[in-house]
Amino acid sequence: MGRIHMVLLFFLIGISATFLWAAETPLGLPPIPMPSDNPQTPEKIALGKRLFEDKRFSADGTVSCATCHDPQKAFADGLATSEGIKKLKGTRNAPTVVNAAYYDSQFWDGRRSSLEEQSKDPLINPIEHGLPSHGPILETIRGDGSYPSQFKSVFGVAPQQITIDHVAKAIASFERNVISGDSPFDRFLYGGDKTALSESAIRGLEIYRTKGRCQDCHTIGQTNATFTDNKFHNLGVGFKRLESRAIQIANAFRKAKQEGKDIDKAVLGDQEISELGRFVVTLRPSDIGAFKTSTLRNIAVTAPYMHDGSIQTLEEVIELYNRGGESNPFLDSGIRPLNLTDQEKADLLAFLKSLTSPQFANIVQSTRKE
Amino acid sequence: MKERMTRRTFLKVAGALTAAVAFPVSRVEVALGQTPGQKFTFAYISDSHITQIKGTQFVRNFDNGLKKAVLEVNFMDPKPDFVIFGGDLAQLGKGEEFEHGLEMMKDLALPIKWVIGEHDYYLDLGKYWQEKMAPLYYSFDHKGVHFVVLNSILTDDDWTNKRWSTPEERMLQMARLDNPDGSPFMVKEEQRAWLKKDLAKIKLETPIIVLSHSPLYKIFKPWNFWTDDAEQVQAILKPYKNVKILHGHVHQVLYNQIGNLTFNAFMATAWPWPYVTTYSQLPNKMPALTVPMNRADPFKERDGTGWGHFELPIGIVHHYELWENPARTVRKTPDMKQPEDTQYQSPEKRISPQKHY
Repeated sequence: MGRIHMVLLFFLIGISATFLWAAETPLGLPPIPMPSDNPQTPEKIALGKRLFEDKRFSADGTVSCATCHDPQKAFADGLATSEGIKKLKGTRNAPTVVNAAYYDSQFWDGRRSSLEEQSKDPLINPIEHGLPSHGPILETIRGDGSYPSQFKSVFGVAPQQITIDHVAKAIASFERNVISGDSPFDRFLYGGDKTALSESAIRGLEIYRTKGRCQDCHTIGQTNATFTDNKFHNLGVGFKRLESRAIQIANAFRKAKQEGKDIDKAVLGDQEISELGRFVVTLRPSDIGAFKTSTLRNIAVTAPYMHDGSIQTLEEVIELYNRGGESNPFLDSGIRPLNLTDQEKADLLAFLKSLTSPQFANIVQSTRKE
Repeated sequence: MKERMTRRTFLKVAGALTAAVAFPVSRVEVALGQTPGQKFTFAYISDSHITQIKGTQFVRNFDNGLKKAVLEVNFMDPKPDFVIFGGDLAQLGKGEEFEHGLEMMKDLALPIKWVIGEHDYYLDLGKYWQEKMAPLYYSFDHKGVHFVVLNSILTDDDWTNKRWSTPEERMLQMARLDNPDGSPFMVKEEQRAWLKKDLAKIKLETPIIVLSHSPLYKIFKPWNFWTDDAEQVQAILKPYKNVKILHGHVHQVLYNQIGNLTFNAFMATAWPWPYVTTYSQLPNKMPALTVPMNRADPFKERDGTGWGHFELPIGIVHHYELWENPARTVRKTPDMKQPEDTQYQSPEKRISPQKHY
């Protein structure tokens, strides 16, 4: 009940908010899930945007959220694995913020359950923003010329009362509004525009739903599509880094976690632990090497692909699925060879390219030129 | 929207639950006061139904189930004391199927306690089994618990020895469900006498775990989810204060309480059976206690299958490791009167079946 009110409120606010992509939920997207303890206001979204882009919240003043989630690059960074302060390399490909609001959990392994929780971790990860604690952020905010009045107006708090949770709520509010639908696919399937897709893309949609076995994880619903089942699957990508040592690596991590090791730092700082995937959260062997089903919206403009950014092109991604993933003992039981013809692969690719929203279409152009 | 919230809550619950699975030792501490006995864990793998197609070709799906269970048991930390195989290693009792199954089981660096199933028995009447695996029935003691293994899949002499022209025909007949020419399972008089004698030396307070392939109670006769002399076996066990009966055969999450006897089913690694109640209008005795597992999604080969482990002292915790689904834990209620699921027992906490378009 409360949620419906929240959505209505969001629509009303949306009309006046400056940053929103659209005044209402774009075609093809479900209502934005809105936590009851973090309602949206235009001021909060604007504050979140400012915090998202503020490079002062890093150890050497070079990194903001927007460094790896660059609005000019569809809120990703185009790198295989992201770079934090001092060009330090992490282990994971930066997922786009676009439509992240629709995930049930955040990060490739789902180790955080909300955008609010997620937003706090990179700030204090040594190879991302690199701060020792959230303290310096709060000091910068309190000493800033205009942040205190913005926080006062949004949260009703005096400078000394500002906490990292306020910061997280504002950033999450901003991210929750970075949504995009209205792609040619949406106009075709949900908008009734039968000319929105090419013949090849229409055939590709059929492959997607049948022989390609895509639909079962990258869900297309009756009235909208998030392109994710919000689950975790092992495709075998990156599993070679574990190889036969998986038991030792998994059990060493299990022990470290029991002793209180920080998962966020371990995952981004240690290539082998990173490859354990969902296991680091659940400690279930069947989750080894399993990663979250990412959305396919704007997939053509958010290369490279997979949790480790190890695949450069969609053609190669299709080949991976066509051969039934990378063989490994934990391979998801839904993954199997597809025997697609060259025509079917081309059609599938055409379909994937139809998932780009209008505001990112120009990025497609630039990617193609390279 | 409501469903979304539910799923979110469910994910949190699932996370907490699976975290608990990974820390068996710390959780047992909580329950330790309830029954005496030493702490230890054993794992189980059951109903692998290794099926030969021809020559060296075997059904890949069933091979994968057994391999996956063996792999995951090897990941257990701390290691279980032993592994129980709950029966039906083979599909048609062939030597090739046993050999292939044993080859995969060999990767377990742990002792194995074998329970015979009807698919292992009705070709050669247990000859291979007794040579390579174990006796058809036996008992052993481990850290203060008395374990009894029964061969619960016997049937009458006429059906076994006189009805069929070849052993292969007998095996195929026994492998069918809803078979009008089938015959119900029994423990039979000879084993019941042995059981009485075996238990005579056991104190009434000693924890006992009985291992059988078929449930030692009656659920649904046309599928042989049934042991015909179950009441007589139960009567032998009744005087003992602390008895748990574990069985395979049903390929589903199933638990029950009859008097002082607690029953838990093993998961299968091969395929899930539907619940009788979802399949048949015929009378059945599906235990009301059981919170059913989700319907399997046919897209996922391994959905609806899995393995599991038990934590002792007796009666405390049974973990169902369900592939493609959150793990489940069934343990005794605080008053020790019956088993219940730690997360999903009350109807409002259950997860509705998977929905697909």
